[in-house]
Amino acid sequence: MPEVLPAAVLEVACLVKRYPTGDLALRDVNLRIGRGEVVALIGPSGAGKSTLIRCVNRLVQPTSGSVRLDGAEVTGLGSTALRRERRRMGMIFQEYALIERLTVMENALSGRLGYTGFWRSWFRRFPQADVAEAFALLDRVGLKEMANKRADALSGGQRQRVGIVRALMQRPELLLVDEPTASLDPKTSRQIMRLILELCTERGLAAIINIHDVALARQFAQRIVGLRAGAIVFDGPPDSLDAAALTAIYGDEDWSATLGQGRKATDEEEEHHSTVPDVERLAGLA
Amino acid sequence: MSANTEARTQDVVWRRRTPMGDLLAWGAWLAIVLATVLSFRQISDATIWDFVWDAPQQGADLLSRAVPPRWSYASVLWKPLWDTVNMATLGTLLAVILGIPVAVLAARNTTPSVLLVRPLALFVIVASRSINSLIWALVLVVIIGPGPLAGTLAIALRSVGFIGKLLYEAIEEIDPVQVEAVEATGATRAQVLSWGILPQVAPAIAGIGVFRWDINIREATVLGLVGAGGIGLQLEGSVATLAWPQVSVILLLILATVVVSEWVSARVRKAIT
Repeated sequence: MPEVLPAAVLEVACLVKRYPTGDLALRDVNLRIGRGEVVALIGPSGAGKSTLIRCVNRLVQPTSGSVRLDGAEVTGLGSTALRRERRRMGMIFQEYALIERLTVMENALSGRLGYTGFWRSWFRRFPQADVAEAFALLDRVGLKEMANKRADALSGGQRQRVGIVRALMQRPELLLVDEPTASLDPKTSRQIMRLILELCTERGLAAIINIHDVALARQFAQRIVGLRAGAIVFDGPPDSLDAAALTAIYGDEDWSATLGQGRKATDEEEEHHSTVPDVERLAGLA
Repeated sequence: MSANTEARTQDVVWRRRTPMGDLLAWGAWLAIVLATVLSFRQISDATIWDFVWDAPQQGADLLSRAVPPRWSYASVLWKPLWDTVNMATLGTLLAVILGIPVAVLAARNTTPSVLLVRPLALFVIVASRSINSLIWALVLVVIIGPGPLAGTLAIALRSVGFIGKLLYEAIEEIDPVQVEAVEATGATRAQVLSWGILPQVAPAIAGIGVFRWDINIREATVLGLVGAGGIGLQLEGSVATLAWPQVSVILLLILATVVVSEWVSARVRKAIT
């Protein structure tokens, strides 16, 4: 065991991903995440944030490098062993990725598929303990009454809560969270981020959260990692994310509004931008 | 300045096509007209026009012999009509059961191998679709003998391709992220199919099945012509013996059945979303 530092739940080393089109999405990424550590991954669109977390649970096959979950290598695993490792990594998606035509309860229980045989899952005969846990988690996120509603009948914020429940049903050690708030309004975004953070703390869960919203990342994460063109260009606590760092990640821009006016002002500005309908904004310009 | 711009704007000529394009368009129209005239001459040469001028009288004559329909004959028809509906229904059911795996093997996003299995599945679909169910029935009557079993299998063999094709297109259009989400939980391939893909295409399966059933009711009515069971046998017998009042009863019954099946399939398709 070459590890010097103890208790790393995830270790990514020299990770490279080149797509068949020739695009180099990740070039030599090294990342170490401690148990219970919540990391926000920021960076411009196309920087490789999504590719990075998909390489961890191998929804995307990395080209080279190593991904270790709790010290165990994930990259070379065959399909059975890979499924076993995937159960330990819960994933939360941007567009919720619920199975729209199934009920909230079925979506929650789908987090247990990796632990359940085919015919049991076909006839929806999950162990009573799983059903009880699903009810408890749905209750925790305020959706107990919705258990028998179809997923497509829910609002965006409610759907993302179901997505969170599904990921937690796996009893994971690591959460991979891909743009959890990109489809949500500012208030719901904050509620969802707060919920994810609370649950991570309650359960000692580590998480990588891809996020576009720098203000949200600064507000909620303990550590921020900046990705640009497939390489890590910033890694540090939220306070050290200054204008120079943002320029290194995103390129030249006047960052004073994002950083200088403090959190409250930033939030208000966000809110204004996203909640005013386009028509009104255009009218304001005219 | 602005007047100047306006004047220049008025000078600009816009045409839909280039002069060459205009010429080609006119040429195409000319070719169509010429082809129509020539074709009509050929048809005309091959037609005995005395018979055609005679057609209204012949038609009226046939109609007068066919009415009134001999309603008493209907009592003999219930059993073959029931057979016809059963052939269509069982054949469709069989085709759905066979068509689902074929579609899964043919769809780009679910096939185990794009190079080997997919072309094979596509070949099954094309082969099934290219042969009319009447011809399937002809062949099957020779192989397994006359009767409704041959008709049922003929319907099923013809429908597998139809259902397989529409269903694999539906599978290729599903939301891939829902599938990813199921994969990410550590589900097996079979669970990914049954949880990630099946719920998304379930309405398509029901819709395609009912649509094909509706078509099959109509196709099953003629299979009896070649001895594959159903009401077609009575139709053929009545035409052969020039029993026109019986023919009219059969045609009216078929019409009524098709109307009912159309109504049922419309209701089912409306109910699924």
